[in-house]
Amino acid sequence: MSETIKVPTMAEYMAQGKQPEVLFWVGCAGSFDDRAKKITKAFVRLLTNANVDFAVLGTEESCTGDPAKRAGNEFLFQMQAMTNIEVLNSYEIKKIVTACPHCFNTIKNEYPELGGTYEVMHHTQFLRSLLNEGRLKVEGGKFKGKRITFHDPCYLGRANGEYEAPRELLRKLEVELVEMKRCKSKGLCCGAGGAQMFKDAEPGNKEINIERTEEAIKTQPNIVAAACPFCNTMMTDGVKGKEKEGDIQVLDVAEMIANAEEI
Amino acid sequence: MQYIPNILFLIALVLGIGYFTRNIRKVIRNIKLGLEIDASDHKKERWRNVFRIALGQSKMVVRPVAGLLHIIVYIGFIVINIEVLEIIIDGLFGTHRIFASLGIFYDYLIASFEILALLVLLGVIFFWTRRNIQRIKRFWSSEMKGWPKNDANYILYFEMVLMLLFLIMNASDLQLQRLGAAHYVEAGMFPVSQYLVPLFEGFSESTLIFIERTAWWLHILGILTFLNYLYFSKHLHIILAFPNVFYGKIVPKGKFKNLESVTNEVKLMMDPNADPFAAPAEGAEAPAKFGASDVTDLSRIQLLNAYTCTECGRCTSECPANQTGKKLSPRKIMMDTRDRLQEVSKNIDKNGEFKPDGKQLLDDYISREELWACTTCNACVEACPVSIDPLSIIMDMRQYLVMEQSAAPTELNVAMTNIENNGAPWPYNQMDRLNWKNEV
Repeated sequence: MSETIKVPTMAEYMAQGKQPEVLFWVGCAGSFDDRAKKITKAFVRLLTNANVDFAVLGTEESCTGDPAKRAGNEFLFQMQAMTNIEVLNSYEIKKIVTACPHCFNTIKNEYPELGGTYEVMHHTQFLRSLLNEGRLKVEGGKFKGKRITFHDPCYLGRANGEYEAPRELLRKLEVELVEMKRCKSKGLCCGAGGAQMFKDAEPGNKEINIERTEEAIKTQPNIVAAACPFCNTMMTDGVKGKEKEGDIQVLDVAEMIANAEEI
Repeated sequence: MQYIPNILFLIALVLGIGYFTRNIRKVIRNIKLGLEIDASDHKKERWRNVFRIALGQSKMVVRPVAGLLHIIVYIGFIVINIEVLEIIIDGLFGTHRIFASLGIFYDYLIASFEILALLVLLGVIFFWTRRNIQRIKRFWSSEMKGWPKNDANYILYFEMVLMLLFLIMNASDLQLQRLGAAHYVEAGMFPVSQYLVPLFEGFSESTLIFIERTAWWLHILGILTFLNYLYFSKHLHIILAFPNVFYGKIVPKGKFKNLESVTNEVKLMMDPNADPFAAPAEGAEAPAKFGASDVTDLSRIQLLNAYTCTECGRCTSECPANQTGKKLSPRKIMMDTRDRLQEVSKNIDKNGEFKPDGKQLLDDYISREELWACTTCNACVEACPVSIDPLSIIMDMRQYLVMEQSAAPTELNVAMTNIENNGAPWPYNQMDRLNWKNEV
């Protein structure tokens, strides 16, 4: 990827009097975290490749308030929510896609009561719909036949009942999908949710991400597929902690699709 | 003189049902100590859940062994209770097997009771071995010491004894029928208890009558005792599971409620026309307390949850924090809530109204360490077979800690300050949010 990618902002669209098909909500991790930025860019490549007319909020985007809410700071959450809703509504946003299940859950479920009602999709759901519409081609490419285990993000799976979209995409990659013992509705958390990402864990006998990584390693995968930037960090750290980074990669589903054909 | 048994029966019945009613009223009173909550929405879905999850036991069978055993005991419990109706009529009017006139239908009814009684007995023995011999981990967590452990076993012993009494009663009755004893009409089919009859071979008629009557009386007195035991026990779920599932969470599990009191304040803050120095309107309500530090800050549904919990521990066994040795156990959250609510209840009984006792749910029952260990992953909510939501209590208590006490862990305060100042939990400038697009 030598050429810079084209990422229009809502402000630019507004200046041209245009409305995008969908707003890509990048999220804090997707904007600032070095690992998550790669997922963001992979997803943008896919959007571009599928000719999706999208825009981002850029510097007008702010934390959805998810970690604040789940840490118990309802005040800060609602301040963030209402500020974001004001921005989104001023641009008359109808449809939002995000690669972060926490942003997805918060905007989809907790914003409507505060005045922000949008059609919100997780990026795996959005990519699946592109696939079904024939706008996106997903083929095995370099992942064909690889052993993949998928780690369900809590805020996509249990919280919103979406277990199939990421799996359907993975199957299209013609991978050998192996499930962990605790998967789908029984999936074990990576340990990052509920604002745990931003603090040390309480005293215990193990870190949650290590417990989860050990379970993933048992399936002897080439790749642990994730669909959340925080899960990605936790599983990447877990794999490093078990000194398996030479054998096992942790990749977002969007990265896999983008990298399969070198999009 | 001949009416003495009938009168004694009536007294036992009135006392048994009366005391039970009194305690159920207390449960209702205690639940009403919680905050009112509107659950009049999604009627159709709520009823569907009652049929599917409560009556249909759909979430019990997620764990097939325990689920199947539970269904046997559950069906047995419901069906065998038809027999209790006959016992009550016989007891009050001095009749014997009043439904015998149903003929062949009665034979099959009794036969099905017997088969179910045997299955329940075996099921309960299996449950007992899982708990005490196999020692399944979730039954031996730290919160299961003392009363909770004994309570679980008492329930199983109760059920074993009740089923045995039922079968002994039938066996002695059958032998009396065969001897042609007066009053013992030939009725019923006894596919299980017929194998107990040889035990009574050679007993005199009067001895058999004594055995039959004793088993009959102990059986019904046992049922009345068991009924009254419920209030003191985790076994209350046999009644409360149904309303609890009805009031269970309908919206996606990830949707946490937005505090309305906060919404009002935030709206006021963001309204450019609002006067920041305005005095509150005359007679305005005092600002609500944010979050929960005691049971009276919780909602009625959360308190109903606490009474419904039967301490099976499926939540705790699925909890990522608990599985990695942290103190948090969602089951303990529910048990603590009920224990504190019972303490408040006794306080009210004693003083006529609640007199502050210097205690609360936070710290005296649930520690901060437990609350901060939660990842809000919803595994506990998903695991509960009767739609209990321990996570909502954890969240309400975190809100109290953060908004009323500013007592969040330091690192979280740093993250929250970052969100406040620069719109991200990390200390990056909001103006750099789109820098990624130019990075190679």
